[in-house]
Formats: sequence, C-alpha cells, structure tokens
Amino acid sequence: MSDMMEVDSLTQGVDPKRHRSERLFRAFGIAAIALSLGFLVVMISSIVLRGTGAFQTTFVQIEIDLPEDKIDPEGTRNPEELALVRYGSILKQALRERFPEASTRAQRRELYRLVSATAEYTVRDQVAANPDLIGTRAKFWVRSSSDVDMFAKGNIDGSVDESQRRISDQQISWIESLRSEDALESRFNAQFFTSGDSREPEQAGIWGAVVGSFYSLLVCFILSFPLGVLAAVYLEEFAVKNRLSRIIEVNINNLAAVPSIVFGLLGLAIFLNFFNLPRSSPLVGGMVLALMTLPTIIIASRASLRAVPPSVREAALGLGASRVQTTFHHVVPLAMPGMLTGTIIGMAQALGETAPLLMIGMVAFIVDVPSGITDAATALPVQIFLWADSPERGFLEKTSAAIMVLLGFLVVMNLIAIVLRRRLEVRW
Amino acid sequence: MTDNTTQNGAIISVRNTDVFYGPKQAIFNVDVDIERNAVTALIGPSGCGKSTLLRCLNRMNDVIPICEVKGDIQLAGQDIYASEVDVVALRQQVGMVFQKPNPFPKSIFDNVAYGPRIHNLTTSKADLAERVEKSLRRAGLWEEVKDRLDQPGTGLSGGQQQRLCIARAIAVEPKVILMDEPCSALDPIATATIETLIDELRERFTIAIVTHSMQQAARVSQNTAFFHLGNLVEFGATEDIFNAPKDERTQNYITGRIG
Repeated sequence: MSDMMEVDSLTQGVDPKRHRSERLFRAFGIAAIALSLGFLVVMISSIVLRGTGAFQTTFVQIEIDLPEDKIDPEGTRNPEELALVRYGSILKQALRERFPEASTRAQRRELYRLVSATAEYTVRDQVAANPDLIGTRAKFWVRSSSDVDMFAKGNIDGSVDESQRRISDQQISWIESLRSEDALESRFNAQFFTSGDSREPEQAGIWGAVVGSFYSLLVCFILSFPLGVLAAVYLEEFAVKNRLSRIIEVNINNLAAVPSIVFGLLGLAIFLNFFNLPRSSPLVGGMVLALMTLPTIIIASRASLRAVPPSVREAALGLGASRVQTTFHHVVPLAMPGMLTGTIIGMAQALGETAPLLMIGMVAFIVDVPSGITDAATALPVQIFLWADSPERGFLEKTSAAIMVLLGFLVVMNLIAIVLRRRLEVRW
Repeated sequence: MTDNTTQNGAIISVRNTDVFYGPKQAIFNVDVDIERNAVTALIGPSGCGKSTLLRCLNRMNDVIPICEVKGDIQLAGQDIYASEVDVVALRQQVGMVFQKPNPFPKSIFDNVAYGPRIHNLTTSKADLAERVEKSLRRAGLWEEVKDRLDQPGTGLSGGQQQRLCIARAIAVEPKVILMDEPCSALDPIATATIETLIDELRERFTIAIVTHSMQQAARVSQNTAFFHLGNLVEFGATEDIFNAPKDERTQNYITGRIG
C-alpha cells in the first residue's frame, strides 16, 4: 500500500487541453495531406483522361486506282522518280469514286477534307516501296484529318447544331459509312513521338521539342555542373570566411529566388544582342537555363559538402595531405551523391522551365527536328505552351499528351536522382 | 641535421607558448618537452587546453581560422611555425590519431596506402603492399585483416578501426605520433590492446598522448604534463607526478577531487 502512495496516479491530472491540441494538430496534418493528394489526383487524372487520346489516331481505308500512265508513263520504275510523283488528284479521284454523291464543289471540298494532307505522301511512299502496285487497284490505309479523328474519338458531339461544329452532317454520314465497312480504324500514333511540330494537329509530334529540350539540358549540364560544383567546393572548403564570402553566400541564395524570366531577359540582352549567338537555339537556351540552375547546384553541393564529417578532413590532413588532396581525394567523392542529386533536381527544374526560353526565341514555330545545339528549336514546356495556345480541337489532346511526356521525363529524372543517391552513398 | 634532438633528448620543445581562439586565450605560456622514443601524456580536466596544445604540434589548428598560436614550438630544432615551413612536410613527420576512429570509407588496404601514395614513398606496387603489411603488423592488426584487405575499413570494430588509423599514421613513417584520446570511444578490452600497442610503438616512434584516464596515463606514459585551465601545472616523469605530485592541484586531480 505504501508503494502505491509514493507514485502519482497515472490517469489523473491529465490535461484535456493538451490532448485536444494534439488531436487537432494531427487532424490538420492529415487534412492537409489529403487535400494536396486530392488536387494531385484531380490534376493528373484530368491530364491523363484528356491526353491518352493523342496516342491513338484514326486511319481511313480507301481503294485507289493506280493508273500507270499517270504515275509512271515511261514505265521505267525508277525509284527516284516514283518518290516525286504527286498523288493528290489520284487520291481525290478515289474519294470521289467512293462517295459519288458529293457532286458540288463545296461537297467535294468537304470530302477531300476527310483525309489528312499527308495522305498522298503515304500512298506515294507505299507505291514507291512496292512498284508492282502500279497499274492495279489497291487498298490503302491513310491518316484521317484531325476533325475526323476528333469525331471518331467522340470529342466532337454530332448532336449539336451543324453550324456549331467543325464537321458537317454530310461528313458524318461518310464517316459512319466508312465505319460500317470497317474502313475506319484507330491505330497507335507513332508519328506523335517521331515528328516535329505542325500546323495540322494530326501531323504534329513532340520529337522536335524532346530533342530541343535534350540539347538545351545538355548545354545546361555541361556549363552548370562543373561551375556549380567547383564554386561550391571553393566556397565551402577554401574560401576564407569573411564579410565578402558572406555577401557572396547571401547573393547566391537570392539568385536562386530570382524569377526565371529575368534570366531570360539577361540571355536576350547578353547572349543574343551582345554576343550575337544564334536565336532560338538550344545553345542559348541551355546557357540561360544554366544561369538559372547554378544557384540550385551550388546550394545543394555546399549542403552535401557540409554533411561530410570533419573527421574525414582531419584524417587526411593529419596524414599530410594538402587541402586540395584532402578535398578531391576524400571530401568531394563523399559529397558527390548529394551534388548529383542536387544537379538532377536542378536539371528537372530547368526541363520544366518555359519563361526564359520564350525570351530568347525558342517559342518560334519550328517544324524541323534540330540536329545540333545551334539549330533553331523549341523545348517541351514551350511546345505545350504553343499547343495550348492553338485553336484547333486536335491540339487539346496533344497538349495533355505532351504534358504527360514531360511529367514522365521529370519522374524518370527524379528516380535517377534517388537511385544514384542509393547507389553512391557511402555510410560510415 | 645530424643532431635531431635538443640537449635534453627532446624531439619537440614547446616554449612560452600561448594559444588564442579569437579573444579567448586557451593556453597560457606553456613549456613542454616531448622526449624522444618515449610516451608523453597530457592530462587534465576538460577544457584545460591539452588537446589544443597537441594540435599545435602538427599545426592541425591551422584549419581553425580564429586560432592563433604565439610562442616557439620546435621539432628537432626547427621552428614549426616559421613562415617557410611546409605544413604537409611537418605532418608527414608528426602524424596524428584522433579521438574517434576515422578510417576513410575505403578499403583497409587503401586506408593504409593513402599516406605513402600521396607522399610518393613507394616505388612499386609490391613495395606499397609490403609497406601496408608492415604498418598493419606494427599496429597489431595484420592477422585480423590480412584476408579482407579489400573490404571497407569502416566495417571493422571500433578497436580495429582505431588500430587501422594507427597503421595508417605509421605507414608514412613519422617521427612523432600525436594521439588525441585514442581510447575514449573504445571498450576496456580494445583499450588494453591499444595501450600495449602504444608501448611497443615507443621503440620506433615518439608518442604524445592526450588522455582523460589517469590510469591510462600512469600505465602507458614515461612523462606526464598536467594542465589546468590552460596552464601547465606540473610536468615531469610519470612516476613522480603520480607518486609525489608537487602541486596541490595535481594532487587533487589525480586523486579525483577535481576534474
């Protein structure tokens, strides 16, 4: 009994207020996470729902007469000449045969608009690859126009008034007729991943933007990684800690917070107007992005250098290693995983950056896939911006699809950062 | 330099030395001699400046910007704080073992080989391997690690790590080894192993050791310097300090009344 008296009761004297505040805090935390997760799910699902359509595209099958006198009048079957034949009229002829009810000019124009402007090249390439087709009647699968594609995917509502939609009742009846004969097919849209931008939604692809982004990031990495790491190493391991180094430190931190468009203006004023570097090129884009990424890399690198235990430096110095030897034999290798992670995160930031690239002209409409860092190019986020700005219905899903591709790259880069960290991290 | 020792057989002599950390003075006018091929123990309560003094002996304090050393510290007659002294050359002569075992996160072999490599002490791979083996043998670690030289040094036990650090220090053949509480992070068995090792190393090297443990100082050292609040209170043969301390503060400290 006496023992019981010595210990205060464990259940009495509990402060209900403290308990309530603990529960409240926990509830707030859970609510905050749930809310942000909810937003994320809404955002990603809306993008995915809108964008997945762009990975499929509609093809139309038409039977085409391939008269020898029009295609290869001399009968040489010279592949070079076959690659230059124009199939426009042949294709139109085939369409008129298929749907003879199109009699007026206006109706015929609508008819021709069922297929993509690239359809004649598809036919040309297939005939050139297989010249035996000349003189026969053959069936070809050609890309439909974007409007037909949109209708086939259900993105254009056929029930609204004809004047309110981009596709006429006549065209709808043709499409339904094609569909009933299995001459309408949805296929994987490989062109989306292999071609550059286009004014026609059904032909537009992201490869040009992907390559442009790749070159920009390459330039950005080559410039910012060594500069950033060396600056961090100097500031952390060699610089005397005085007023000047503190001012530099504060300014680097401020630089990390400068709006990216300011770096774009700087690039415009200096790289383009003063040094006359090629406008719209990944070279200048990468240089501007490097300016933007540098502070991030420096800050991350300094943090990881600071995380290297001082005992490692002491051990090396105590053995008679010089400061440079100590730094580069021991400290930098140990800090490297953190530096790389910081760099990759900085690069991921740069990959998603739009504003500075707008300032240096990477927003131009460029069809060709760039073949070097001085070619005019665009970048993934700018491509998204351009497509989001386009009025055609077909670009809506392209925009979302491009966002998915961009997010995919970002996820991959962050995964690489995590894997590198795991792989290279040394425990002691 | 033919006569590497000063008159009284000391390899390092500290004279009239003051050390400041910024405005704060850590060591007041200290005179100490580190006797050649002997173990000199620096003892005293925490914050008495014994580690600070030890770190002055191979200029490890240089990395602390606010630390300022005034006075005359000579290694075999050369002023180690003279402006023309190369710190790297000094530290090659005066090696150091730290409080916490700090092997590099590299293989056991590379840990020991690092010093000889940066100082170009060996001519061939075989030569280097031989030196690594010799150093590990002298540190009493060879038998335990000879089959796993390529494994990380950080994977060893605490006592083994500390002996690895000793092997690493002696691989560059220093004249003096400074030990900053080398056993404070170790268990009693590992401590006993290191103490035996220190006694053996005395034959080839001069050792200065900072320790918190009175018994350790009594067991391993020939000379003892007792510091209190930055002052050298008493310096002399270990036997005398422990059996017949002249100063009351020494008496109080070794009997456990202060500290």
